[in-house]
Amino acid sequence: MLNQKIKLDQDIFSSDVKLKASRDGFGEGVLDAAAINKNIIVLGADLSYSVRLGGFMEKYPERFIHCGIAEQNMMGIAAGLSMSGKIPFVATHAIFTTTRNWDQIRLSVCLQNANVKICGSHAGLSNAPDGANALPLEDIATMRVLPNMVVINTIDSNQTQKAVVEISKHKGPVYLRFSKAETPLITTRETLFKIGKADVFIEGKDVTIISCGPIIYETLLAAKHLKAKYKIEAEVISSPTIKPLDEVTILQSVKKTKCVVTVEEHQINGGLGGAIAELLSDKNPLPLLRIGINDTFLESGKYEELKDKYGLSAHHIEDKVYKFLKNMEKI
Amino acid sequence: MPTSQKKEPVLDTEKLYQVANKLRQLVVDMLLEAGTGHTAGSLGTAEIFTALYFHTLNIDPQNPNMKNRDRFVLSNGHIVPIWYATLSHRGFFPEKELWTLRKINSKLQGHPVLGTVPGIENTSGSLGQGFSQAIGMALAAKMDKQNYRIYCMTGDGELDEGQVWEAAMFAPNKKLNNITWIIDRNNIQSDGNTEDVMPLENLKEKLESFNWFVIEIDGHNIAEIISAFNMAKTITQRPTAIIAHTIPGKGVKFMENDFRWHGIAPNSKEAKTALEELKTLKGKILYD
Repeated sequence: MLNQKIKLDQDIFSSDVKLKASRDGFGEGVLDAAAINKNIIVLGADLSYSVRLGGFMEKYPERFIHCGIAEQNMMGIAAGLSMSGKIPFVATHAIFTTTRNWDQIRLSVCLQNANVKICGSHAGLSNAPDGANALPLEDIATMRVLPNMVVINTIDSNQTQKAVVEISKHKGPVYLRFSKAETPLITTRETLFKIGKADVFIEGKDVTIISCGPIIYETLLAAKHLKAKYKIEAEVISSPTIKPLDEVTILQSVKKTKCVVTVEEHQINGGLGGAIAELLSDKNPLPLLRIGINDTFLESGKYEELKDKYGLSAHHIEDKVYKFLKNMEKI
Repeated sequence: MPTSQKKEPVLDTEKLYQVANKLRQLVVDMLLEAGTGHTAGSLGTAEIFTALYFHTLNIDPQNPNMKNRDRFVLSNGHIVPIWYATLSHRGFFPEKELWTLRKINSKLQGHPVLGTVPGIENTSGSLGQGFSQAIGMALAAKMDKQNYRIYCMTGDGELDEGQVWEAAMFAPNKKLNNITWIIDRNNIQSDGNTEDVMPLENLKEKLESFNWFVIEIDGHNIAEIISAFNMAKTITQRPTAIIAHTIPGKGVKFMENDFRWHGIAPNSKEAKTALEELKTLKGKILYD
């Protein structure tokens, strides 16, 4: 079922699928990138162990900067560092580094096209027990609207590790969004990651489902069930880069399937679904179903419980895609 | 550290006052031509800009990106007319470009944008941000073991921003003695006098309690300004803040100390009066 060219983990549908938090991959990726480029500097806002920077802090104390709980100043410091050739990685929880300092990201980073990497952990529903305040569900929208910004939401720990190295080579602002939760390892050491590249994970002809972040795992499960139960062949595209979108891969797929679904751990407004809606209306208007959080704030609970209550578990995705196709009389 | 060989000889104080007066005239002309812009702070900081660019900064207009140059960062970006006037007069770009301020297709944006004009070191215009950027530059200089200095100007109303205090806590903590923070203490902000809108006093004590070395000066006295810059260079373990007491609108009587001139430009009649006054002064303004 899985596209063999992408070299995904072949055991992802087994019950003992390996789990790992993307933030762990982030911490490893920072060490990888730092070993390659001595200009990489990391700035923390009192959540540095939480975003797995302990290894970096120990190995490169002179390249780690404690900024305290002061995200606005931290972003300005990063912009200033970048002007002298440093590559600052600003790493904290996504809820703090995209909301508290959006103005600083806009002016000090994006307007100056500063080479700053904004790394937001605990994205989407992954910080579930902390409640509504701590769940960033608007950050893809608020980051992708900024000129010069690249926006990436990695799907697993391995990909996050690779993405850190890739963004360190990209010149200009990047927002890297990743998860706290222990989620399935979908990609392997052999899976390539390239900024702006989407991959067809499962080929199909009936509907294109595009997803980013670890919730793509639920999407893959849903696609498997759709095929087994209804013989619906969904094409599943992983699009970790939300900006710039891989228009070629996406438009090629929708030309075949003629309808689209997006799945993300984000508000349905302005995120991946919004980006795809814009692309389709510009290039190839087609029916689109956006699956995400329906314009509401969430609450405390377990990650799995929130996914289930708010309609992002595999069985919800499966039902919604089925109804979407049924309404269009495609099945 | 090698210093620039191309740097012009330092002018004597008398000549520096004449430069400051010239910069004020350029500002009035620019704002008249633009029709909009911030007059009071631009006029009030003429001596400080003069002392920086015609005396203190190690810079080279022919090589604006010289690696070991001193950096000046403007955090209160709305007073950029005086920065443009200074850079042009110092030889960074032709004077005729000044008359394009705030116009379509101009390099001279209403607030500074990095990369548009030689000598502009930062983007600002959302208050509080340039100060953090400057501290980031100072930190980079320390990391690279470079001896160049960073000078950053903020307004005083700008100190209402929480980010300024985040940054004010950060710099002494990192022992960044290579940054000189100039606070344009002109006592006005957009809505009125600072002490009415959001009182800052006792500012010196506040900054000292954050472990800044603080110097208070008459921001129109060039000898005092230069002496404060020199003193800052001798401080070894902490950054220096210079509270520069200035008169907003300085040099033009009907603008001085009137907060309404914070965010507006003179019309042609007002500009004519202002220029007459500045030209009559011939650079000798109010130091006795």
